[in-house]
Amino acid sequence: MDELIRILSYFVGIAAFLGLNLAYLGWVERKGAGHIQRRNGPKEVGPYGLLQPLADGLKLMSKQLIVPDNADRILYMAAPVLCMVASVILFVAIPWGENLVPREFDFGLLMIFSVASAAGLSILMGGWASGNKYSLIAGTRAVSQSVAYEVPMLITAITIVMISGSMNLNEIVRQQAGGFWHWNFLAFNKSIFMPISFLVFFTCSMAETNRAPFDLGEAESELVAGYITEYGGMGFGLFMMAEYANLMIGCSLTTILFLGGWQCPFGIFPGPHWFLIKMYFLIWCFVWIRWTYPRTTLWGLLNLSWKYLIPFSLVNLLVTALFIKVF
Amino acid sequence: MDRAKIKKELEMLAAEGLPAEEPTEEAAPEPQAADEEQDAKKSKKAAEEPPRVNGLLETDYNARGFHLDVQVNPDQVVAAAEILDREGLTMEMVTGVDWLKENQFEVVYDYSYTGGELFRVVVRARIDREKPDIPTISEVYPGANWHERETWDLFGINFVGHPQLERFLLPDDADFHPLRKDFKP
Amino acid sequence: MSTLLGQSQLQETFELNIGPQHPATHGVLRLKVTMDGEYIVKAEPVLGYIHRMHEKMGENRTWNKFWPNLGRLDYLSAIAYNHGYAGLVERAAGIEVPERAEYIRVITVELNRIQSHLLWFGAFVLDLGGFTPLMYAFDEREQILDLLESVTGSRLTYCYFRFGGVYNDIDDDFITGTRAFIKRFRPQIPMYHDLVTGNVILMERLVDIGHVSSEMCRKYGATGPVLRGSGVNFDIRKNEPYSVYPEFDFDVPVYTECDSMARYMVRMKEMEQSLRIIEQALDKIPDGPYIAEKVPKMIKPVKGDYHFAVEAARGTFSMRTVSDGTNQSYRMRLRSPTYSNLSLFEEASRGMLLADALAFMGSLDLVIPEMDR
Repeated sequence: MDELIRILSYFVGIAAFLGLNLAYLGWVERKGAGHIQRRNGPKEVGPYGLLQPLADGLKLMSKQLIVPDNADRILYMAAPVLCMVASVILFVAIPWGENLVPREFDFGLLMIFSVASAAGLSILMGGWASGNKYSLIAGTRAVSQSVAYEVPMLITAITIVMISGSMNLNEIVRQQAGGFWHWNFLAFNKSIFMPISFLVFFTCSMAETNRAPFDLGEAESELVAGYITEYGGMGFGLFMMAEYANLMIGCSLTTILFLGGWQCPFGIFPGPHWFLIKMYFLIWCFVWIRWTYPRTTLWGLLNLSWKYLIPFSLVNLLVTALFIKVF
Repeated sequence: MDRAKIKKELEMLAAEGLPAEEPTEEAAPEPQAADEEQDAKKSKKAAEEPPRVNGLLETDYNARGFHLDVQVNPDQVVAAAEILDREGLTMEMVTGVDWLKENQFEVVYDYSYTGGELFRVVVRARIDREKPDIPTISEVYPGANWHERETWDLFGINFVGHPQLERFLLPDDADFHPLRKDFKP
Repeated sequence: MSTLLGQSQLQETFELNIGPQHPATHGVLRLKVTMDGEYIVKAEPVLGYIHRMHEKMGENRTWNKFWPNLGRLDYLSAIAYNHGYAGLVERAAGIEVPERAEYIRVITVELNRIQSHLLWFGAFVLDLGGFTPLMYAFDEREQILDLLESVTGSRLTYCYFRFGGVYNDIDDDFITGTRAFIKRFRPQIPMYHDLVTGNVILMERLVDIGHVSSEMCRKYGATGPVLRGSGVNFDIRKNEPYSVYPEFDFDVPVYTECDSMARYMVRMKEMEQSLRIIEQALDKIPDGPYIAEKVPKMIKPVKGDYHFAVEAARGTFSMRTVSDGTNQSYRMRLRSPTYSNLSLFEEASRGMLLADALAFMGSLDLVIPEMDR
């Protein structure tokens, strides 16, 4: 019975938290973009435009779902759902606080990486099923992008696993206790390259979540809207919300692996609030970068991954192994 | 670019064309360097004016906006383009004029020099309105491709050897040439 | 690259239809692209979606009635087109223009050129996926539009020039406003460079992309920033001086790299030079009439051909007219710069990546109504 209540309360909690975030991250992004661009952003609907997400949601939900004639009907409908489901499932493994974790897996990191790959699959599904050449190109781009960036991301994650000796996310956070100098991104006693490794992971999570400057899947100046060209109404809405969910996952993971999760920078009062502060700070960085940088090309993207990030993460892996062996 | 050389070669080219003229252009050869002012006075009695013969005119730049005005035979436009290409001039535009009264089309090629010193040359050729064929210069100047295609589109002047003489600005199913003077919408 | 294209004949290619409604074409241009994966095998521009036959309109109305058409060709640098037409008919009919009018013309044309380049700057970076610079550029552009509105009465499709001068004199408000704008705008250009030019991703997308040699420019008749980005120092304002341009001290920016970055830099530098011209013109502007007093109501140029070229924001805009001595033109030919600039796209884009080709197309600075006329 206890277990049932636990499941139910976490389910409701995650749903509410996610619902609120997915709606208001859009607002944050639009407001942030507005201020970066010397304008106000949304301000008409409600005070400071705070009711804007509600209005957007209503609009999207009231729209008719149109399936293009030459689309693969089942895949077309399934793709946004899969994208959303895959993103939401990931929240099960995230440790928000020491005792605030829906389900503590021993292989939480592995679980997150394996399920997160489904996002790339859903983009390919959506792109293929739309029956539109732009969508198809976007789908192929998204897959090559996922493949290219999962490799350095995983290698970097393995480095962290080597350092902490565990794949349990809560355990990884626990080992970073006692002030920000114990956090993994400053763990010079484990490898001298850890700060750069943090940047590699951050870049990879940006690419994995299809955010600008790596949003080749929806490059609007080339591919109209990429894989979401043919989606309208809630199909589009689900893709958008999944993007924000993935954004949250990416930032949470970076927080957990490198920034000490729910640990306090000064070793006092650790708790979920620190986790949220760090996560939202990273999300803000994503928004900031998106509205400042132009988009890369596919070549630029793949070159960055295969020529710089992967060799570097391999070097870091070796150096870490060396440090662990020697010290 | 050598102005004197261009002038000499074009002059020779235009003179070559003289004996092989069309019957309509058999008027008595005038002195080639016609005076601009005389030209202006003549304009009042335009109807009586004989059609211009092939040849080269040096025009007053300030009054007209170009330096050389050459009229050649239709089959010589490619040779003229080659002369100007050798000297490094740019093809600026190709266009047509419909001389309905004389039952002729005039195809006008504008060349200019972008390398420094200003030099503008106009090459023109008259063709029969009933059989408007003229060789294409798009092999010498690829940029003429679009201009010629547009001229075909709007005038119906057939550029022989043009790689893609299709409707360009007008819709594909258009069956008229709107810049002809006898075109009625 | 060549091997890739060589293989492509054996592999399967597919056709992609970009436009006429597409975010990258900035209007109703259509590209019929044959693609091999992400590589372009052949990109054929299809024109004519906004063709209005301005040349025919020039033939069936009097010289004066053709004025409004000039604002509807290149809607971004319409005043330069006004200037071309004014220059053509003044040359043909031998109309003298008072000096003050010429100064006013130069000031408005250069302001118009700056706003055209500003819009291009924003839209070009938008093509590359950076949204923010557009907003910055529009902020400044708005100031110019306000200034021009106060003197010409319109914000986009200007019909401001008249034979022998301009329609409306500039006042002190305009002069102080323009000076204030110059003061405000000068420090913005280094800020644009800080914000955009040095960006790693931007460099990666522009440097060595879209190579257009000076020989290719010559063969295709490309002019303007495209030509100057290929290392040819050609600007009608210097090489074929018209109006009062010889009296101003300004440079023609030339870059020899021949790539998209060179064309980008040419336009950025041109804005600075235009500021210089405006500043000098405001200092030097003489008093006097702003329109010639004795302009005949019915203009009847002497029979013959006339040609006049001006430097519009996108390159050489030249007009050729055939007059038959009546109050109408017998033949009016408008040579728009982007028409020739785009015609080299098919050759230059062969073998490019789709994303690069669209960035290259953006660097040509296309305005579709001007191409289709």
